[in-house]
Amino acid sequence: MNSDDLDRLARAIGGTSEEEIGCDECFEQLDRFVEMELAGLDAAEAMPLVKDHLERCGDCREEFEALLAALQAARGSSPVRSVWGRLRRIFGVG
Amino acid sequence: MRERSNEEWLAALRGARREEAVADLRVVLVRGLKAAFAGRGRCELETSVEDLAHEALMKVLDNLDSFRGESRFTTWAQKIAIRVAFTELRRKHWRDVSLQDVLEKGESCFSGLDTVVDSAPTPEETATRRLMLETLGRFIEEELTERQRRALVAVILGGMPLEEVARRMGTTRGALYKLLHDARKKLKKRIEAEGFSIEEVLGVDDER
Repeated sequence: MNSDDLDRLARAIGGTSEEEIGCDECFEQLDRFVEMELAGLDAAEAMPLVKDHLERCGDCREEFEALLAALQAARGSSPVRSVWGRLRRIFGVG
Repeated sequence: MRERSNEEWLAALRGARREEAVADLRVVLVRGLKAAFAGRGRCELETSVEDLAHEALMKVLDNLDSFRGESRFTTWAQKIAIRVAFTELRRKHWRDVSLQDVLEKGESCFSGLDTVVDSAPTPEETATRRLMLETLGRFIEEELTERQRRALVAVILGGMPLEEVARRMGTTRGALYKLLHDARKKLKKRIEAEGFSIEEVLGVDDER
């Protein structure tokens, strides 16, 4: 076992919350979560349980990243657009 | 391909102009799958993207009533296609790996047969870490059911996808996540009840 295995086990146990959503609930909300991310909104703040699940669950995280990639390609989103959305939110401009 | 609102997609897929909408949706799904898996080995998907998109299309058409309008319809459909594709990829990648193989590899670390490598500079630290690992192994034996233990070892230490472990254990991914959640809660509670911290038991670097 290497330190990465230990680290993974430590995080999995130590980071356990009483309230966690499962894969089915995460899947139900994933499309909304991804669209918020693409719009430059704070999806993690709006949907913290989804964000939490994606940090814990490798299967769901893979699917989230793939869906994000698929939609970015379809919409021609750019990192610049995403950053600008976050700046707008931070400084409260329209 | 024309742009459609969510309502237009639903009406078209349910109505007389279904063929055109189905064809358009198929194009969307194929493009999305190709973009999603662009970084992976092309041989994994190149011959089957159309098949995966078709399978996803069938699921979408069978479940139109479950679309809640909380996102764009194409996003919702793409989500289903991604799930279909990953299910297939995982099955293909892990088909020759048995659950038992994964469990044996994962469990060896608790028996002292395997030791933590790379970051224990002294014999004392190695001995302490081994003792802590054996302690955790004991907690796992004492606190968890057999199913919880197998799931924990296979997913977290063995790295097998939840979906694949669930299939081999005759359950669903959602049920397996709940099983793992219960297992993690039990272990966390036991570790804390014994007066340890997680980092102490596992000997991990707090600064990682």
